Amino acid sequence: MKNYAWPWELRRNGVLNMNKRNIDYIGKYNQRKFYKRVDDKLITKQLALANDIAVPDLIGVVEEQHKINEIPQMVLGRTGFVIKPAKGSGGKGILVITHVENGRYYKPNGDEVTPNEVYRHVSNILSGLFSLGGIPDVGLVEGLIQFDPVFDGFSYEGVPDIRLIVFKGYPVMGMLRCSTAASDGKANLHQGAVGVGLDIATGKSLYAVQFDKPVLTHPDTNYELSQIQVPNWDVLLHTASSAYEMCELGYLGTDMVLDKVRGPLLLELNARPGLAIQTANGKGILGRLKHVESLKGPTLSVEDRVAYAKKHFCSNPNF
Amino acid sequence: MHSRKPFFIFVALLFISGITTSIYRSVEHNVPFFPGEQVQSWSVEAKVMFNGTNKPAEASLSLPQDPAFDVLAENATSAGYGLNISEGDDRRAVWSIREASGRQSLYYRVTLVPTGQLQVDAEEEPTTPEPYLWQVTERGAAEQIINQVWERSASNISYAQQLMAVINDSNQSQNLALLLSVNSRTQLFLQMLQSKGVPAKQVSGLMLEDQRRRQQLNPYVQVYQDGEWILFDVENNKQGRPENLVLWQHNGMSVLDVIGGNNSQVNFSMLKETRSALATSIDMMMNTNSLDFSLYQLPLEEQSTFKGILLIPIGVLVVVFLRVIIGIKTSGTFMPVLIALAFIQTTLLTGLIGFLLIVAFGLMIRSYLSQLNLLLISRISAVIIVVIFIIGLFTLISYNLGLSEGLTITFFPMIILAWTIERMSILWEEEGPKSVIMSGGGSLFVATLAYLAMSNTWIQYWVFNFLGIHLVILAMVLVMGQYTGYRLTELKRFKPLAEEK
Repeated sequence: MKNYAWPWELRRNGVLNMNKRNIDYIGKYNQRKFYKRVDDKLITKQLALANDIAVPDLIGVVEEQHKINEIPQMVLGRTGFVIKPAKGSGGKGILVITHVENGRYYKPNGDEVTPNEVYRHVSNILSGLFSLGGIPDVGLVEGLIQFDPVFDGFSYEGVPDIRLIVFKGYPVMGMLRCSTAASDGKANLHQGAVGVGLDIATGKSLYAVQFDKPVLTHPDTNYELSQIQVPNWDVLLHTASSAYEMCELGYLGTDMVLDKVRGPLLLELNARPGLAIQTANGKGILGRLKHVESLKGPTLSVEDRVAYAKKHFCSNPNF
Repeated sequence: MHSRKPFFIFVALLFISGITTSIYRSVEHNVPFFPGEQVQSWSVEAKVMFNGTNKPAEASLSLPQDPAFDVLAENATSAGYGLNISEGDDRRAVWSIREASGRQSLYYRVTLVPTGQLQVDAEEEPTTPEPYLWQVTERGAAEQIINQVWERSASNISYAQQLMAVINDSNQSQNLALLLSVNSRTQLFLQMLQSKGVPAKQVSGLMLEDQRRRQQLNPYVQVYQDGEWILFDVENNKQGRPENLVLWQHNGMSVLDVIGGNNSQVNFSMLKETRSALATSIDMMMNTNSLDFSLYQLPLEEQSTFKGILLIPIGVLVVVFLRVIIGIKTSGTFMPVLIALAFIQTTLLTGLIGFLLIVAFGLMIRSYLSQLNLLLISRISAVIIVVIFIIGLFTLISYNLGLSEGLTITFFPMIILAWTIERMSILWEEEGPKSVIMSGGGSLFVATLAYLAMSNTWIQYWVFNFLGIHLVILAMVLVMGQYTGYRLTELKRFKPLAEEK
């Protein structure tokens, strides 16, 4: 029994579970007809551009098998690019090329990717291998993000991204996901990425976990995780909050990255954001969700919502 | 938030109607709740004998009609005789022959199943009988006794009870001794009841005792009281009926009539038998044509198909429980149920080994296919064909090695296996072999549990014989769909969040 919590202990701390998330939040606040706005990254991108939300460059779209051969032409002159399925889920099927040399492609860890492998990968995307339900998909070719060096040393081989849960337009909880050697450069917590809980008020780190266990330093670089302060925090909160108006989903996960030049970019939206953010914050999310649910009156503006969230959802570091 | 009340009422209705129909089935049709249950039945043979007179002969035997016993099977045999069984209020078997000479023996055999319904209800109120006309010599003695007893009684039954006690009193009065010298106790009892206008009738009953031969019917008297006929065994001074008494004739008709013969008699032999309760209830339903909503009215082939199909809700229930309440991850939502269905054919161990072999070989072939840059659809198709090759190969090998278990491997659903192989191969490439083992192991674990539930003989028996169970399963699945509590695996996952703050 040492490894298991009692249900009432979790309930006392307001820990949201999978069944309750599905029935009481996703089922209740996310209308099925708006799902395609987040499940199809191409639509998300178009909506974001229409709403003045910054997103990574779209280099091209591969809709058909024969267009795969045009990819080298598309990325000509670039130092790197990303190929991802428009309807992928859980970060599946994303191919990141960070280095192009003499027409040869290299992954972040230095492995070469042959044109044959690129072809097969995109072919798999088109067949719907990575999409929900296996439906045919299209491949997006995006520009490589110039990562803000502020996170150098906090992430190994990969993309540190900022996940914010936005409930009815209020950013309620946030975390920074730092890839590690264990996670193979991926930012998924269950694969071994480090999750750093962020204070909604300030963007400072509060707590950090890897494999659900608290950590103080990044396992590969030994950087102090308590030193993290996400820059442009207000812009991030505003972007996340305005995504509510954009896609009209009440319970929403926003994934953003910081570009050296362009600032915060909206990477993708998620209608079924995971529960690991609670572990990363060392705190249940249910209290905040109930708080927002209890708010009466007309919908506030984005600025007012962000101000409200910063005032009510602040926490103290717990390292 | 909309009210969940209608939902819970609906679920409760499903649950209650499922339970009720099952209980109804068990009570009304005697379908036993547990497989392998046995019931007692009685095999009774009536032997009718008479001397033929070289003339046309007709023998008519009354047949048992008793709510306490159901007739499971009956037949009458006798060479050369024509037979007619008349239905209706007075069931009789009538044998007839153009010419009977010498000693004749006719047989009637019946299998009786006790129903436990010992009470005999009157269908309509009997008319008050005409007062019995006593012989002049008896009248005075009889009236004296009758009046004495009548004074001491309050109802039909108490009058009958008092009468029986007086008739069987060891200190017989002179009056009684006089009456008993010309009447049997039963006759006297009946006459005295009728004298006071109490509806009563003489019936013939047979005591069932194992392995008895040459038994005779005994006379009993039924007395009417408040819509019910109560049995009195006057000869033995007992009221009420024992469980092993079958009322052979209770319409006041004769038990045996023989025309064209003499010296007729009927005697009975009987045997106690034990038979399957289920087979008995099915036979009973067949007899009465009341197989309503039972799958037993289907042809055998369809029945066995349904036996398999009706197990799927059980498998689905196990999967829903393990995913929603326990939180086990599987590859493919209901893939484990289909694997479990295959296990039922192959048995568990052979199934597990066969599954692992096929998937392992499939993954090897698939890793080669992945280098060929095929379109997804043709790759899956190729995997399906390869899976068929593998199954064929294993079947041949095990046949040549004399392993008959290996032959059952053909029961695996090939398309499902192909998709499983494809998914696991992707998982291997993306998240490594550990994830493959976790996900595959989870699926096999769920499949094994589903198999254990589905192969349980009791569960197999219930889902086929009590279709109401499926409404209960539906209700359970719906209720679990509303469960917003923690899954068991989440109690472990969120353990770090359990500390007091």
